[in-house]
Amino acid sequence: MSPLYWRRRATNAVVMTLALGATALGLVWLVLVLWTLVANGVAAITPSLFVESTPPPGSSGGLANAIYGSIVMTAAATLIGAPVGILAGTYLAEYGAGSRIAPVIRFVNDILLSAPSIIIGLFVYEVMVLKMGHFSAWAGATALAIIVVPVVVRTTEDMLNLVPTALREAAAALGAPKWRVIVFIAYRAAMQGMLTGVMLAFARIAGETAPLLFTALNNQFFSTDMNAPMANLPVVIFQFAMSPYVDWQSLAWGGALLITVAILILNIAARLFAAWGSFGR
Amino acid sequence: MTDTVSSLDLSGTPRRRTFGDRLFKATAAGFAFLVLAILAAVILTLADGALPALREFGIGFVATEEWDPVLDEFGALAPIYGTLITSVIAMLVGIPVAFGIAVFITELCPTWLKRPIGVLIELLAAIPSIIYGIWGLFVLAPFLQRHVQPFLIDTVGTIPGIGALFRGPPLGIGIFTAGIILGIMVLPFIASITRDVFETVPPILKESAYGLGATTWEVVRSVVVPYTRVGIVGGVMLGLGRALGETMAVTFVVGNAHRIDTSLFAPGTTISAALANEFTEAVGDLYLSSLIALGFILFLITFAVLSLAKLMLLRLQQRAGT
Repeated sequence: MSPLYWRRRATNAVVMTLALGATALGLVWLVLVLWTLVANGVAAITPSLFVESTPPPGSSGGLANAIYGSIVMTAAATLIGAPVGILAGTYLAEYGAGSRIAPVIRFVNDILLSAPSIIIGLFVYEVMVLKMGHFSAWAGATALAIIVVPVVVRTTEDMLNLVPTALREAAAALGAPKWRVIVFIAYRAAMQGMLTGVMLAFARIAGETAPLLFTALNNQFFSTDMNAPMANLPVVIFQFAMSPYVDWQSLAWGGALLITVAILILNIAARLFAAWGSFGR
Repeated sequence: MTDTVSSLDLSGTPRRRTFGDRLFKATAAGFAFLVLAILAAVILTLADGALPALREFGIGFVATEEWDPVLDEFGALAPIYGTLITSVIAMLVGIPVAFGIAVFITELCPTWLKRPIGVLIELLAAIPSIIYGIWGLFVLAPFLQRHVQPFLIDTVGTIPGIGALFRGPPLGIGIFTAGIILGIMVLPFIASITRDVFETVPPILKESAYGLGATTWEVVRSVVVPYTRVGIVGGVMLGLGRALGETMAVTFVVGNAHRIDTSLFAPGTTISAALANEFTEAVGDLYLSSLIALGFILFLITFAVLSLAKLMLLRLQQRAGT
């Protein structure tokens, strides 16, 4: 065998080992981050974490107010953002063909999808917090909803595009008006994928911190008032982790573990849900 | 789907039908335009908020390093520098690893393992940035401070010229650590786009090269990469867009100092970190306006980068005909 042959083989082996190494590195990071969270956070996961509110430094407490705030604001944002995203995505998929404005909307939507979330927070601060004169949970939910919209637009459009045209034509041939074809045929066929998109959007905003910093702010007490500042896990984690108090840091680790596990479970559930029933296809 | 189509009442009287159609289309179109309106509103609002600062400091705002809330002197150079330099480090860390992962998944990985690895990499992207921040502050920064930075200071730091980037005390937190964290964060984005882009290469092209006796690496270098070049650059730019605007992870480890230091180990700040740290505490209209102006600049930079990324990916898509 010629030396050239061996050199080519050797180069290949080196590069492929590097590729394998890169993949291993990526997975090691995931394991490392999760391991750190479990090692530091598991001690803070106690029953009082779920029933007591955030304490002043030096006394014991929990994260009940933050957990409640996070769930409420994330849910409100999804309820506001998902319908907007679904209808906008429907427009792009069902009416977009041949339209001149649709490619522009698609383009802008993709920009919003990757736009820095802190900018969204800044925007909502200007239009809601300044106008209303105070921070509020509604402002936080609005900022999160703006992040939900592009995610849902994207998945809705993609999923509707997967619905076979023949299905729509069959319904149209039966005399169904277009809106009924969309609502009763296309939505039905794409339902699974669309719901997966909404779940992923929910998971995405559950950990968002930056847009809440200037909108929902934080609240040391348990509050259910949507017109007042509301505690939420990410901002509490931020504040407590940066503090010099050991018991605050411990709570931050507990909150971090909690939120990460919740988000990973949501992500995996969304993927299982998307794959459910599609095996063997 | 047990119901048959005939069990649905699809019909309506013709008049109601056109009304329903128009109403539905108008509603859907309205919400689609809302997406445009949001972007327009964001730009206009930020521009409006930034106006007082830009009027006061003029073009000098982006050219001065001074950031003094007491004297009401504000310049954006330090955060802009920090944003760009941390993103550059992030790309240097993220691109090679992401490329390796994409090559592994598309060319080496057995089929049954493709999906699980793809999902794991996507989970890396799903972890919120605040988690990377807290991990960076308590795990990565001390590790770099103890093991990596002293080593770099003793070796690369002694070289004239480039060595200036690696001098000074190993503080752990600073521009360098922020860049590394960002690199880890954008890695899954770049990896999954590069993988998707690699998969657009028609199998017949790769098979012809393999048939001629090419090794896997030669196929990647001479067939896959030339075919997907535009898409790869698009994916990298998308990752860059993420890195530029990333907030929480950076805020934890960058050190939050409004200054430009030649050493990468020195603390600095980025636009997003400055906003996260100072916005709620900013007193005075000029201070607030200067921060909003920072946000406006960040938005313009990311907008340009993301648009370019999107255009490049679109070009590849059109060629692939999907």
